[in-house]
Amino acid sequence: MSFLEYAPAPESTAILNLRDSYGLFIDGEFVDGHGAAFATISPSTEKRIAEVACADASDVDRAVAAARRAYDRTWSRMSGADRGKYLFRIARLIQERARELAVAESLDNGKPIKETRDVDIPLVAAWFFYYAGWADKLEYAGLGSSPRALGVAAQVIPWNFPLLMLAWKIAPALAAGNTVVLKPAETTPLTALLFAEICQQADLPAGVVNIITGAGETGRALVSHDDVNKVAFTGSTPVGREIARAVAGTGKKLTLELGGKGANIVFDDAAMDQAVEGIVSGIFFNQGHVCCAGSRLLVQENVHDELVDRLKTRLSTLRLGDPLDKNTDIGAINSREQLDRIRALSDIGEQEGAERWSPACEIPSNGFWFAPTIFTNVSTSHRIARDEIFGPVLSVLTFRTPEEAVAKANNTPYGLSAGIWTEKASRMLALADRLRAGVVWANTFNKFDPASPFGGYKESGYGREGGRHGLAAYLEASGWQAPIESSPASPRSGRKARKAVAK
Amino acid sequence: MSRLSVPKTYKLAIGGAFPRSESGRTYVVTSPAGEFLANASLASRKDARDAVVAARSAQAKWAGATAYNRGQVLYRIAELLEGRRAQFVDEIVQSEGVTAAVAGAQVDATIDLWVWYAGWADKYAQVAGNGNPVSGPYFNLSVPDATGVVAAIAPQDRTGVSLLGLAAVVAPIVLSGNTVVVVANEAAPLSAISLAEVLATSDVPGGVVNVLTGSPAELAPWLASHADVNALDLAGAGSIADGAWVDLQITAAETLKRVLPPVEGAPAPSLERITAFVETKTVWHTKAML
Repeated sequence: MSFLEYAPAPESTAILNLRDSYGLFIDGEFVDGHGAAFATISPSTEKRIAEVACADASDVDRAVAAARRAYDRTWSRMSGADRGKYLFRIARLIQERARELAVAESLDNGKPIKETRDVDIPLVAAWFFYYAGWADKLEYAGLGSSPRALGVAAQVIPWNFPLLMLAWKIAPALAAGNTVVLKPAETTPLTALLFAEICQQADLPAGVVNIITGAGETGRALVSHDDVNKVAFTGSTPVGREIARAVAGTGKKLTLELGGKGANIVFDDAAMDQAVEGIVSGIFFNQGHVCCAGSRLLVQENVHDELVDRLKTRLSTLRLGDPLDKNTDIGAINSREQLDRIRALSDIGEQEGAERWSPACEIPSNGFWFAPTIFTNVSTSHRIARDEIFGPVLSVLTFRTPEEAVAKANNTPYGLSAGIWTEKASRMLALADRLRAGVVWANTFNKFDPASPFGGYKESGYGREGGRHGLAAYLEASGWQAPIESSPASPRSGRKARKAVAK
Repeated sequence: MSRLSVPKTYKLAIGGAFPRSESGRTYVVTSPAGEFLANASLASRKDARDAVVAARSAQAKWAGATAYNRGQVLYRIAELLEGRRAQFVDEIVQSEGVTAAVAGAQVDATIDLWVWYAGWADKYAQVAGNGNPVSGPYFNLSVPDATGVVAAIAPQDRTGVSLLGLAAVVAPIVLSGNTVVVVANEAAPLSAISLAEVLATSDVPGGVVNVLTGSPAELAPWLASHADVNALDLAGAGSIADGAWVDLQITAAETLKRVLPPVEGAPAPSLERITAFVETKTVWHTKAML
């Protein structure tokens, strides 16, 4: 055993108390769905975890109707303070069941337990705790003296951070006074269903949170439902476009958090060890299944070779394997479909002439796995420098001047995230000003916090999640009285007065 | 014997220049009573695309100007409008068929609107942005940043908005550092072009405000589908054709543009119109452990 090898240390699944099958969570209870039920599997073993109901259009109707009833009769009439107390309760219940949720998430998603335990689930609790406090303070959110809830929110979330994305959606929606119907991704429904149990434990009024499971068809029925006032989606840019089209002209408020092709820019004066860690967490955190991943490394030409060498050394120490093992750095790819996409784009990278490198690493025989991969010799026109791969694949490009770094970083239809590594603060701030990205991490990467707004420019979507800005996505601003006369019907008095003086 | 007047040729405003439509097309602008006023340029798809190129070229520098500077430039517009008040009153009287008092009130409201928005240029970021108390040793600040190039359809009502409506759309877009391609009031476009002449002499850099005259129904679909346009203000698009603005929003979805739906008349001045065309950028930086 070399000094970097460890004995297996798998987290026990005994803490889980899963049912064999789950219904839809509508109006406070689990009910049967009318679509064809499907199995959710563990991507690291391909073993079935549980059977999950599928909501058809009639189930979507029922869920939206339950949310509407709860909005009209209960939630919109409740004081902000009481709404907040329910959210605080939920935050505490999540903390109490944190280990169980972390294990369930790793099992269903394939991500390492150290990430679900230390990042996903603590942030979920933090998100509810943060927005709980907003519920009775909406008039301070900068949206006028009496901002109003929108009504029923339809929310569709992806599989990369299943419970965290649920928290990003549900916590601000409920704090603002909306009720929700949420659809988790079809490959990762498990923790959303455990969350439904948490809503029951919190004694949350029936219908305030409804969880319906299913695939694209279910999501389509939900976002295009006539009785929905708000649509929030996190996922791919093509689906985001489809939703934007479906919502056009309906008056539904829409927020979209879509794809990205984040640039991580490393200058020659950067603290190299820290930069290497930042690059690794930027693209290999969560197997690269991160919309804001730093998937393009822009490195200043004179330190390219040194940085790539250090990166390769560091990558050689990453441990790929059982997501439930506490020592695992790289878990399983979430689905066969996603694995196929990562493989296809990586093959295109090779065909287009980029140089491919992966550390020697043992790939388990079952499940979906992809070794961490670096492409060097990448040019801006390569597919691997343009398309979102959504996997553990880093494309390395170079630049000489800050000007070139900005131009290359912004040379993408996306605009979600960017990273800057330099010890020179004035350069960092000048660059941050000019990067067209909603989140800029300087000398750090992939940090999230409920107090910090997150969301993209351009085709990475619109609206923000997190912070005061995230609250605004679920409220109708009451605005302020327009301070000046905008109607031309009545001449302003000032003009008359001045004319009188002129006479 | 009265002096023979010298009428103005009304052209487009693109990139700080005043070209005719590349198509060579014009259309007759009349008073509501049907009297001939001018042959305005009938902008084409190519003109719209040229205007987007001009707007894109001007955007980074305009956004890079200090907020104080942008505020002064906007205030300067109000100053020059005040000085040319009589000309605008005259144009509005002719093209809207209203009395001089009503036209004067519209010009006054327009001047006040520029002053109001000018004052926001160096303040809206303090209201729309904030520091964020994140759980860790990080400096974390959210600030609004211009969305980029915005295409806008000015209000199209026959009376009351030919100047005010255009300003009420353009001012909140450009104050944050966006540049704009705006389609003027089709029936009453004269004061829009005269306003562009004011802008050209009031320190607004060329390309920041590009004014097209012609048919919104013809131009809007090209602007809605243009990949280098980041946002769409459909203020005046409600009158194009019944429900046609929804098709524009559907078209805009292809490039995920931010879209403001149509409004009645001239949009009221508001902070929300400013923040509709900004992106919140959040910058994190590590703090050292001391």
